[in-house]
Formats: sequence, structure tokens, C-alpha cells
Amino acid sequence: MNPDVTILYDSIRWEEKALLEAGKKKNINIQMVDCKKLAIDLEKKPEDYGIVIQRCVSYYRNLHSTAALEGLGVKVINCLNTGVFAGNKLFTHMLLKKFGVPTPDATVAFSKDAAIESLETNGYPKVIKPTIGSWGRLISKLNDKESAEGIIESRETMYPIYQVHYLEEFVKRPPRDIRAIMVGDKIVAAIYRNSEHWKTNMALGGTAEQCKVTQEMEEMCIKAKNAVQGDIVGVDLMESEEKGLVVHEVNNTTEYKNTVRVCDVDIPSLMLDYALKVDT
Amino acid sequence: MSKCEECDAEISIPSDALEGEIVTCPECGASFELAKGSDGFDLKPAQTVGEDWGQ
Repeated sequence: MNPDVTILYDSIRWEEKALLEAGKKKNINIQMVDCKKLAIDLEKKPEDYGIVIQRCVSYYRNLHSTAALEGLGVKVINCLNTGVFAGNKLFTHMLLKKFGVPTPDATVAFSKDAAIESLETNGYPKVIKPTIGSWGRLISKLNDKESAEGIIESRETMYPIYQVHYLEEFVKRPPRDIRAIMVGDKIVAAIYRNSEHWKTNMALGGTAEQCKVTQEMEEMCIKAKNAVQGDIVGVDLMESEEKGLVVHEVNNTTEYKNTVRVCDVDIPSLMLDYALKVDT
Repeated sequence: MSKCEECDAEISIPSDALEGEIVTCPECGASFELAKGSDGFDLKPAQTVGEDWGQ
């Protein structure tokens, strides 16, 4: 039987298994495909995947498998453009601004000297982030010139993407941020990610708590999702003391285990319903 | 049941387990990927954080 939906993964976490279980309950024919075992002939009509829900945790595997499948005419959620745009903090920043979504101020500098000069002009603290990267890795707070010089100098020896210095304002806010899960034009659930550390990533030990969705938040998240041409995304927001809600990231392969746990919303089922709807 | 390679604790494999699924040792927290073996599933150390992993 041809699959209705293919879950393309490289690691089966709680999220991927929950999608499979939701499919069984809904009598949807789900095909699980391990991307690590996949070789896609780019010159041939692809096999029948149905609609693909892209769940690869590896950024490069995710992006390139989406490019191959989408190029062969397969509908992938999220699409290649979303992977490209949401996967890069600078690209996302520019699109959020274009779509009128408040986002923290940022500067991009293309050498250590240019970065230091910008920091000396605009002041500290700032947060330096790799334009591509997740789970808070290599994100550092630059408190002064000495720390900035040390951190930026170490990046000058890394892979070239780490030599694009994305410098973001350090947003004064409560010790938490918000992860809103968007399925189409609706926030299906949102959580506060609490942490005493200034990085609030769940992967770094933050704790989750249900967040009430406001109309302002939903309108902002719809714009953010549309800015990166997303279908199902996780939008990260901060509550800036100065600016109110600001969006600092859009995740194109969002994790939602903790959101399901604290909000008791069946996100996997909603994802499948959405995928089948857009496929028709 | 399988044994954790790190601490020798018992790791239970769910009845609906899938090849490639990540299981975690309840004692030491080590992560393993389920791989098909001759008799059910074998545990192989899981890659828990790749350089380009995340969301």
C-alpha cells in the first residue's frame, strides 16, 4: 500500500514515535524512512512517499534530503526554503524585519577586527551566535572587550561559517523564553522555557511550563511562520522589557515533547491532520 | 531486557520498539540506538549530539 505520509528521520526520538502512534490511531498509512539509509536517484521519478514530514535532526541531512525530494516533485513539510531561511539566524532576522515581526537588534561582522570595532561602538553585553546552529551551542555572551577578543579569536580558526560573527543585543527579560508550536496558521500550544541560565534551551536543562496564547502572540507567530514560508514550525519568543514580545528564532523541525507533556495537546495528530489537508 | 554497556544496568526495550529508536539507560543516562540483531534488538551507542544537530 502506498504511504499517505512518510516520516523522514535520522534518529527516532519521542517526537517521531509519537507521529507513528498518532498515525496508527487515525488509520493513516505511515512510512518510516531512515534518511541514513536513503540514496535518492536524482535522475529518476521518485518512489511514492505520499507527503513527507521532514524530521531529520542533522541540519545538513535535513536540508539536502528536502532539496532532493522537493526537486523531484515530492511535497515536503517543511519546504526547502523554510529549511534554508529558518536554519540561518541572519536570514531569519532579515525576513522577520521584512515581515514586520519585532526581533532583537543585531549586527553581522565579517572579521574579528570588524566585530570588535562594532562592539566597541555599540556597547556590551552582546550575544554572539553562529548563524547556523542549535541547542545553544557556541552561543556566548560577550560582556567586555577582553571576553569578545578571546571568543571571536577562537572562531577565526573554525569552519568559515563560524567566522560570520552574528552579534545580537542581550535582551533584558524574565528568566524564560517562549516556544510556540505553529501548525498552519494556529499556535496549537506554547510553553515557557524557564531557566536560571540566560540560555533557556530545553537541551541545556531548562524546565517547561504552559504559556497562555495571546492574540498578539499568535499574530506575531503567523507572520514569523510566513516569513520563512513554514507550515509546521516552533517559534521562539522573548519578553523584552523594552520592546515587549520579540521573535528570535523559528525552528523548522521543531521538538515538541515537553510541549505535549505540559499542555496535553496532541500535537502529532494535529501535524498529521495538517499534512493530509495540504496534500489534497 | 538488555544490559547497559556503560553501567551494566538492565534496559527494558519497549514491545513496540523500532529499529533506530533511541533508548536511555535508567541508571546512568547513556543513550543507545536500537539495531536489529539476530534475536530481537541490539544496543549500539547512540550519536547524541552531532555538530549540526538540533532545533
